[in-house]
Amino acid sequence: MSTNTVAIRPSMARIYALESWLAFVQVLRAPAFALPTLLFPLAFYALFGLVLPTRIGSMAPAHYLLATYGAFAAMGPALFGFGVGLAMEQQMGWLALKRASPMPIGAYFASKVAMAMLFALCTTLLLGSAAVVFGKVHMEVSQWLLLTAVLVLGAIPFCALGLLIGSLAKAQAAVAVVNLIYLPMSVLSGLWMPVKMFPPFMQDLAPMLPAYHFGVLALNAAGFKLGNPGSALLALIGFTIGFTALALYAQRRRWSP
Amino acid sequence: MSRPVIARWQAASKRFGAVLALDRFSLDIHAGEVLAVLGPNGAGKTTALGLLTGLIRASSGHTELFGKDPASIEARRGMGVMLQTGDPPDTLTVAEHVRLFSGYYPQPRPLAETLAMAQLSELAQRRYGVLSGGQQRRLQFALAICGRPQLLLVDEPTTGLDVEARRSFWQVLRGLVAQGTAVVLTTHYLEEADALADRVALIQQGRLVALDTPLAIKSRVGGQCLRFRSTLSDPSLAQLPGVLSVRRDGSHFELRATDVERLLPLLLAADPGLRDLTISAQSLENAVVDLIKEAA
Repeated sequence: MSTNTVAIRPSMARIYALESWLAFVQVLRAPAFALPTLLFPLAFYALFGLVLPTRIGSMAPAHYLLATYGAFAAMGPALFGFGVGLAMEQQMGWLALKRASPMPIGAYFASKVAMAMLFALCTTLLLGSAAVVFGKVHMEVSQWLLLTAVLVLGAIPFCALGLLIGSLAKAQAAVAVVNLIYLPMSVLSGLWMPVKMFPPFMQDLAPMLPAYHFGVLALNAAGFKLGNPGSALLALIGFTIGFTALALYAQRRRWSP
Repeated sequence: MSRPVIARWQAASKRFGAVLALDRFSLDIHAGEVLAVLGPNGAGKTTALGLLTGLIRASSGHTELFGKDPASIEARRGMGVMLQTGDPPDTLTVAEHVRLFSGYYPQPRPLAETLAMAQLSELAQRRYGVLSGGQQRRLQFALAICGRPQLLLVDEPTTGLDVEARRSFWQVLRGLVAQGTAVVLTTHYLEEADALADRVALIQQGRLVALDTPLAIKSRVGGQCLRFRSTLSDPSLAQLPGVLSVRRDGSHFELRATDVERLLPLLLAADPGLRDLTISAQSLENAVVDLIKEAA
């Protein structure tokens, strides 16, 4: 390397963008991941929100469940795509090779978050289209935008949870752990049916789960005055910081034995 | 060697629990040279390479890459790495993988050039998951060279490749060296080190036990190899001048000896019935096995 050449640096924006796009394409092309992630929430929403229309009190299920299944759908790619994906790539030695390459390490994690948010956008559009066309759901444009923003950004705390699971578990164990957490937490948090329909002790339990707060934010964005969105937002920020801190600790231990 | 030092280990030690994987290891890597790191399994080769990639931190001593900490991204921009494992995601294509890695480097090769060098041009649009084992290894090699690195680090690059694939890999590597790329490689095939390396570093139980050209290492152990059938006894053979060692291999003897021209008439005089004689140069493999025995 001659001394008078100005050090040329690769474009960070380009690295982050391409890394994110390929992280999305990578999981989109894996049918075992993409089909359940995209279609299960839509199928559940169609069944319980559109085909079996029992009114939940004064609330139309097509409208209510759009918010909560939207949240349920946004959590899937964060937990499976990020959590399980990270555990697998660590086990395969792929992350080690990436760390030995001149990739800025932040790009790896940021790309997984971007992937989860892109998937959340896709499921929101899918559920939203079904809600409008078959559920006759009507919301203001501002409400649609707010709900979309909440569902897309709401993937972030679950990316942090995925990061934690992926940092601690081996690939096969990570799949099991995510399966043990994802569905039970969604049901207990009122994403499948309102928590009001639960026995009182379960209603008290729900606010301990991050998915409950995600549901509260999504419902408020969709126009339901339920719970306290301000404290739900704070709780989600707290969960995100907590999960990330634990995950970083686990990553640090893993890479500097 | 007058070429500048581009990377170095300085009294680097690495302890994993009770095991001292690397013990005050010191070695300089010069621009443009090919250094083969040899040693038995578990000797510390991969640990030594791990320090250079920044994946492992030294317990004491230190490692430098282009005068910087190997963990710094600026240092890693000058290096390409191929590890023993490191399977990329199955669902992305060859071209996508190479394009992504090329983007990490300041002045990468054009995509087509990288693919051609790794013999992947025809496979650009294939997904990684459908490639054969050898093709997958070639993609991992493509990721290591796409950034035009000044230093290429390859950990057992040809393990699992057939002879033909191994030779064509050597050819590509020689091409890179001709362009000025320095290469550090570990290998189990001593023939590979002999064919490629300017210097061989031999590691045994975490310590550097020999560092020299393949030729010097071979001559350090010394001599040539004589193989024949004879009715002579081991002790009488060992007494002949220039004989370094005698080994019986079934019905054959294997002699390691110096000054073969003087030895040969004496040998034939001692046993006129001597048959099936072959004389060969000492192989690097024999030399390394001997050095490891000495060091142990």
